[in-house]
Formats: sequence, structure tokens, C-alpha cells
Amino acid sequence: MSHGRLRFVTGFLAVPVALYLIYVIAPYAQAFYIALTDWRGVTASPGFVGLENFRRLFADDVFWTAVGHNLLLLILMPLLTVGIALFFAFLLNAGGRGGAAGVWGSKFYRVVFFFPQVLAVAVVAVLFQQVFRPDRSGMLNAPLIALGFEPVGFLSDTGVALWSILGVLVWQAVGFYVVLFSAGIASIPRDLFEAAAIDGAGGAQLFFRITLPLLWDTIQVGWVYLGIAALDVFAIVWVMTAEHGGPDHSTTVMAAEIYRTAFQYFKFGYASAMGVVLFFFTIGFAALALRLSRRERIEF
Amino acid sequence: MAEAAIPRSRALAREERRRRLGPFGVLTHLALLVWTVLVVVPIAWTFLASVKSEDEIFGDAWSLPAALRLDNWARAWDQAHIGQYMINSVVVVAFGVFGTMLFGSMAAYVLARYRFVGNRAIYLLFVSGLAFPVYLALTPLFFVVQNMGTLPVVGPFIGLNTHAGLVLVYIAYSLPFTVFFLAAFFRTLPGAVAEAAFVDGASHTRVFFQIMLPMARPGIVSVTIFNVLGQWNQYQLPLVLLNSDRSKWVLTQGIADISTAAGYDADWSALFAALSMAILPMLVVYTIFQSQIQKGLTAGALK
Repeated sequence: MSHGRLRFVTGFLAVPVALYLIYVIAPYAQAFYIALTDWRGVTASPGFVGLENFRRLFADDVFWTAVGHNLLLLILMPLLTVGIALFFAFLLNAGGRGGAAGVWGSKFYRVVFFFPQVLAVAVVAVLFQQVFRPDRSGMLNAPLIALGFEPVGFLSDTGVALWSILGVLVWQAVGFYVVLFSAGIASIPRDLFEAAAIDGAGGAQLFFRITLPLLWDTIQVGWVYLGIAALDVFAIVWVMTAEHGGPDHSTTVMAAEIYRTAFQYFKFGYASAMGVVLFFFTIGFAALALRLSRRERIEF
Repeated sequence: MAEAAIPRSRALAREERRRRLGPFGVLTHLALLVWTVLVVVPIAWTFLASVKSEDEIFGDAWSLPAALRLDNWARAWDQAHIGQYMINSVVVVAFGVFGTMLFGSMAAYVLARYRFVGNRAIYLLFVSGLAFPVYLALTPLFFVVQNMGTLPVVGPFIGLNTHAGLVLVYIAYSLPFTVFFLAAFFRTLPGAVAEAAFVDGASHTRVFFQIMLPMARPGIVSVTIFNVLGQWNQYQLPLVLLNSDRSKWVLTQGIADISTAAGYDADWSALFAALSMAILPMLVVYTIFQSQIQKGLTAGALK
């Protein structure tokens, strides 16, 4: 390598690598050590306690409630989002036979469906907090009350609140995957659909025999994204629900417990231990998802 | 679609029309309209509530306002400081995205097109950041930024409760995706033009800024859109790093705070106005750039 070349490479890499080491790598590395300490308070110095935090964590009911909620979201959010998005993408592209044009108004539908994706999660959380209001001033409860039903405590009923969270998460995510899957379907050659249609395949058969298998790679990527998003849920819970994860811990998630433990209780060691658990869940999920969904790639 | 424009027979035309209507005919559009309503109504309802009086907001949710109370918007802008928060967001995102794109494209370019010892290791270091949950780093990150604040000279500008400090953190956390995406993009570019420029005596830096960067424009646009939205919508990092100085808050913090901290004496009509104010610019920008935005955000998943 010539002298000028080396200087150029070093010069271009110096700032990004330095920023990345200081603000990303160093904190992650420290977190694993802090998880082994009893560090509390902003000024106190940490003492090494080994795996004590993890021992306590295994007996911490609130944390396991949060883990349970994350796992529920991890299963249901991708399932619902991918299911609904596939359905709409299939409709929009006329089951693939429409080519790039799709059905009438497909561009309009795609534009509308995608819009929630560009809104901040914090904004969506406040918006739905109002939509879910428990009395007749709530967008959803007003018609229920008018029809003579009992109002639903979307965010105040401990048996309902988590489902409300799930609903909002799916509401925001669907449009992105409709667009993603539409692009995938549009890239499948039209001849395949036409040949199958001539052979007498119906709408459902086209979907399961052609669209789904040829879209598998894209679906797989979407699944991993959604799963990781389900493990990282924070703003929607923190902003929308009572007591930041309530009522009575019925909607709390790992990220909310980590933030609460670190920045409201100032138990830094304990919060980092929770972070380490979340880390292993994320890595575990990603590895599992990639393993399970590995299958032969269909070239077309 | 020239072939579809001139239908050869009536049967073909009917077939084409049926195709455009969708696999299940009218039912297709019924299903699509249901979701359209689900998306549009909550947002439209918020805009409607933003011009209602306090009493109307606490009355029936579906009633129309008796008069348009535009003063709600004025109160949200001034008294709820939404104007200030919005300016803060614009400043932070402008510098954050500029820095991300500058440093991200520099690193990605070098990693994609130069062979040197440690190239692979540095690339993997960046890409591994894609897998880490940010919550693991929160506590140490808070102290890293606090310690940066104690540095001589630059300290007061990049510590806790400073916009520059937040910008640096945004840049660092946006690098994994930016480097990953752009490195893949730079690898696909042909090398002939750069070779010719080197022969003509252009420096490495010059080749990057004047030849390779313009050639990578589609990729740069996609990642820029991705980063603008990601940084504009960020809530967790400012919550930790700008916590104690309200005048520095970004828009997401301001909106979330009006609803969480508000008690019974809260200004609800101003809340709806503030919410509408946060949605409106996104709606306008999205309507103008929707196809680029859709492409930019989904490009990452298709790579």
C-alpha cells in the first residue's frame, strides 16, 4: 500500500471509528461489566458482586411479567402484521397478475397504508391514548356507548390493555410490509400466474402455490425485523399506558423495566443485568429465526 | 403498459378490467377500504379535536366543533413550547443526518473499495451494532456523555443536555445501518471512471467526493431518508440524554410530556393541537416525497 493510500484510508476511517468506539462499543462492553456490580446512585462507585444481580433477577416477578409480554408480542405481532400485510399486498397486486400496475387505486391504498410508518412512535402513542379514552369522549368508546354497550377500558382494564398495545403496534407496522411485499410480488414474473390461471388455479391456490413460496425470502426478513421490534418495544408502552407499563404491570415490557430501574430507581447494576438478558433474547431470536426459516431459495 | 392499452377483443378487455378490479372483485376494494378507514379516521379525528373547545373534547367524541378554535394551535405553539421543540428537532436531525451521511459514506467507501489489514474486522464491528438492543447500552451511554461534558474546552458543548452531544450519539448509533447499506452499494459501482480519474492524477479524496459519491446518489438518498425519519422519531435517547433541561427537548419528548405529565388541569385542546402539529409536517413531507420515502425505507429490507 502506498503512503498516500494508507493516509487516505486512515483519514477517512478515523472519525467514524472513533465515534463508534466511544458511543456504541464502549457502552455495550461496559454494560456487561456493570451487570456484575451493585452500582446504585449517580455518584456512588460500583462494587463487584458477581452473578448476584442475575440471581435476584430470576426471582423478580415484575421482570418475568415483562418478559412474558415481550414473548407474547414476539409471537403475535409478526404473525398479525405479516398476515394482514400479505393479504393486502396480494389484493393490491391482483394476486400478482396485475403486473406492476396492480388493481385500481393500488397506488392510493399503498400511500395511505404506509403513512403511519413515518409518524414517531411517541406521537402515535399519544394519539391512541386519546382514541382509547374510557368514556364517551374516546373515539372508540363513543359509538359503543351510543349503541348501548359498556365502555371498554382499552388502557385501564388489565385484561385488555396489552391487546390495545398489540393493536397499535400492528396498526403502525402493516403499511410498511404491504409496500415491501407488493414490491416482492410485482417482481414475480406474470407468466407464472398466467400459466397457473390457465391450468385452472383459483385465487387461493395462486396465493399459496405461487405468491407465498416466491415471496418467502422477503417474508423471512420482515419476520426477523418485526420480532426484534417486538423485543424492543418501549415508547408505545412508556407514553401510552398508565404508570408506564400499568395498570398493575399489565403492559410492562423489558425495555420499560430497564429504563425505570436505571433512571428512576438508579439501580444501574441491576438494570444492566436486565439489559444483558434482553441482549441474549435478541441474539437468540435472530439465530433461531434464521435457522428455522432456512430453506431452499427459489431462483426466478 | 402498451399491450394493455389496445385490447384486442371484448373478452380481453373484460379480462383486463376484471384483473384491475382485483382477485375478488368488489370485495377486494371493500377490504382495502376498511384498512384505509382504520388508518385515516384516528388521524382525521385528532385534527378535528384540535379545533374543538375543552367542553367539546370531553363531550361526545364524534360531535363536530361549534366554532373553529384556532387559538388552540397558538397556545400549543407558544405555551406548550411545541414551536421550540420543533426547532430543536430540526436542528438536531439536520446536523445528525449530515454527520451520519458524511462519516457513514466515508467509512463505507473505504471499507467497500480498499483492501487493507483489518478491513473485515472494522466492517464486522460496525455491522454487529445492528444486532444490539440499545437498552443494554443506556446506562453506560449516559455516563459516557456525562464524562464527555467534563472534557476541557469542548466539554460544555457535548455533555448531557446539549444538542451537539445528542447529535454525536445519533451519528454513532446510525452508523451500523448506514455503513452496512452503503458499503453494499459502493461495491456494486463500476470502477472504470475512478480508474480514469486516478490516471489523470486525481487524489483519493477528490475521487470520492467528485466521482464516487455522485455515482452512489440513489443509495445515499435512500439512507438519508431512512436516517431522517429514524432520528426525527427517536424518543429513547433524548429522554435519557436531554432529561433535565426542558428548553433543549425535541418534539417527541414535548408531545409525550404533555400527555404523561398532564393532570386534571391539563390543556387538552392544546394537546390535540400539538399532536396535529407534530403530524402535519410529516403528512406534507410524506405526500410530496412518498414514493422516495417508500423506496428508501423498504430498500434496507430488500438488500
